[in-house]
Amino acid sequence: MNSQSEPGARSSEYVPAALEVKNLSFCWDSQHPPLAFPDLSLPRGEHLFLHGPSGTGKSTFLSLLAGMLAPATGSIRLLGADIHKLGAGKRDRFRADHIGVIFQQFNLVPYLTAEANVTLPCRLSQRRKTTTGEAPTPAAQRLLTALAIPQSHWQRKVTQLSIGQQQRIAAARALIGAPEIILADEPTSALDSDNRDRFINLLLTMAEERNTSVLFVSHDRSLARHFHHQIQLEQVPA
Amino acid sequence: MKARLALSLAGASLWHRRKVLALVCLTLTLSVTLLLGIQYLRTEVKQSFTSTISDTDLIIGARSGQLNLLLYTVFHIGDATNNIRWSTFQELEQNTRIDWLIPISLGDSFKGFRVVGTNRDFGEHFRFGRGQPLNLADGQWFDRVFDVVLGAGVARTLNHGIGDEIVLSHGGGRTSFSNHKDTPFTVTGVLEATGTPVDQAAYISLQGMEAMHVGWESGVAIPGRTLTPEQAEGRDFTPGAITAVFAGLDRKILTFRVQRELNQYAGEPLSAILPGVALSELWRLMSQFERALLGITGFVVITSLIGLVAVLLTLQTQRAHEIAILRATGASPGLIASLYLIECLGLAVVACLTSLGLSAFAISMLGPWLLTNYGVQIQLRPLNVEEWALLISVPLAAVLVALAPALSAWRQSRSQGFGSPGEA
Repeated sequence: MNSQSEPGARSSEYVPAALEVKNLSFCWDSQHPPLAFPDLSLPRGEHLFLHGPSGTGKSTFLSLLAGMLAPATGSIRLLGADIHKLGAGKRDRFRADHIGVIFQQFNLVPYLTAEANVTLPCRLSQRRKTTTGEAPTPAAQRLLTALAIPQSHWQRKVTQLSIGQQQRIAAARALIGAPEIILADEPTSALDSDNRDRFINLLLTMAEERNTSVLFVSHDRSLARHFHHQIQLEQVPA
Repeated sequence: MKARLALSLAGASLWHRRKVLALVCLTLTLSVTLLLGIQYLRTEVKQSFTSTISDTDLIIGARSGQLNLLLYTVFHIGDATNNIRWSTFQELEQNTRIDWLIPISLGDSFKGFRVVGTNRDFGEHFRFGRGQPLNLADGQWFDRVFDVVLGAGVARTLNHGIGDEIVLSHGGGRTSFSNHKDTPFTVTGVLEATGTPVDQAAYISLQGMEAMHVGWESGVAIPGRTLTPEQAEGRDFTPGAITAVFAGLDRKILTFRVQRELNQYAGEPLSAILPGVALSELWRLMSQFERALLGITGFVVITSLIGLVAVLLTLQTQRAHEIAILRATGASPGLIASLYLIECLGLAVVACLTSLGLSAFAISMLGPWLLTNYGVQIQLRPLNVEEWALLISVPLAAVLVALAPALSAWRQSRSQGFGSPGEA
């Protein structure tokens, strides 16, 4: 089933998919029925819209993809590496190196400034720091400028900023150091429709500049038009 | 690199929660200050205590226990069991192995302070601390029969100075009904503060002691038989008995032999004690109490550490989002756990440093006041090994108790899902 390449191995001709999911299922415990997830494959640099109403296990799916929960069956390959074959420490490092995350809300570390929140991945991952190609702080400042966060807000406590600004700062954090994959869990659910479209456009444009794949989860099907691919998440018995 | 990240995150987190944490940090600071202060006082008081008397090789009194003899001669606590005859004192003076003698005659008081009858040898030979002599802050030693020299504490408390006339009381106690009204004494000198019981007494000559008791043979003054100062002039007041004698020997090596001889003195039953030995026996009795005090303070510190951890555990629920973000961004559970350890350690270190400053400030402020008001000599000095050990044990204990929130954070963040906690 997973005989194509060794985890982490990359050849010059073969570019592994950003994301490859096969036969994935997850089980909380014996009392709950297991959740099954659709197979999917997302090439590098392309974006996927994952639509699912609440209760279809969206967050569980993202937890599995991020390597934070272990699946019952099946495999997840990120950039060709089966992340659940990695040890816990390596999984954490892989996430730091290759994955940017945006949550629905409470995205930012409350005691850090906007700028320090954005540079956080560069401090957790040497690779992300190297990829920025410059010092993390100016890189963060360029991202914040591009995402229309006024300079006066950079040194502020994030709790003093609006939800829209907080989400854009989270996007900057996900983008810094050009990770290959961004996992976004309903990042626009707290935004109004104008802000929502602007946010998605900015995120996707900047992700494309970095050849980053965005996996975007939402219950709002109207957003699907922004993405290359879309998939419906349904609760199916395994 | 991760260590630096953990440090800066922990620092920012502490600063963010400074309002809540300042209170627990204050509690810890106060308890550490208490601990440090008590340990400091312990050593200082011991130092002060053991330096009450020095260079005196033997204290000789009527037959009694060594603690009793020490207490009434040196600390002015309790009473003599009996007197020793003046002829015995004269015989001691003939003893070639004895270098000097200070006769001590007790029994009277001045507004609650002991009156010590002695002679000029007291000023000359008495030593305290590390062999420091007694110095007069003002005036001179008694010369005439009705002269009195006051200890620093007496002079300050009762606000007496040179030239004041004072009336001594018969017997001990703060309020005595029988006063030596007919024979007032004149203050001729005030001693410098020593931080020892010497400060808390008034010193008169043996002759003065005798003179004021003329006519008091029955225990109360018989009118007409007491002396007036004018009558006293020129009369011979050789005492019949004294209470005790401080002795210094020519050769210290003979101390035990002289002690044994005196204890077997044929003329009357005597006790000779070594003040150093008696002092350390007395300290052993008192050290039980001060050790218990230190133990209690230790528990106070532990209690405030537990309070600190309780607050950290309460804050843990508030920190769930932050932990979720850090985990999703790639922070390991170890890093999350280390935040708790570093924060707790940081708080403990801040508390220790603050309490060091606080203690130093308090000691330098209170030191002179304590000396003048209580005769306790406490000076600012570098911490000794024991105090450093106590101080360092606080952050160590903090790390130990922080293991509780750290382990729970570590466990929780291992099973942390993507996004908000509980939602997984």
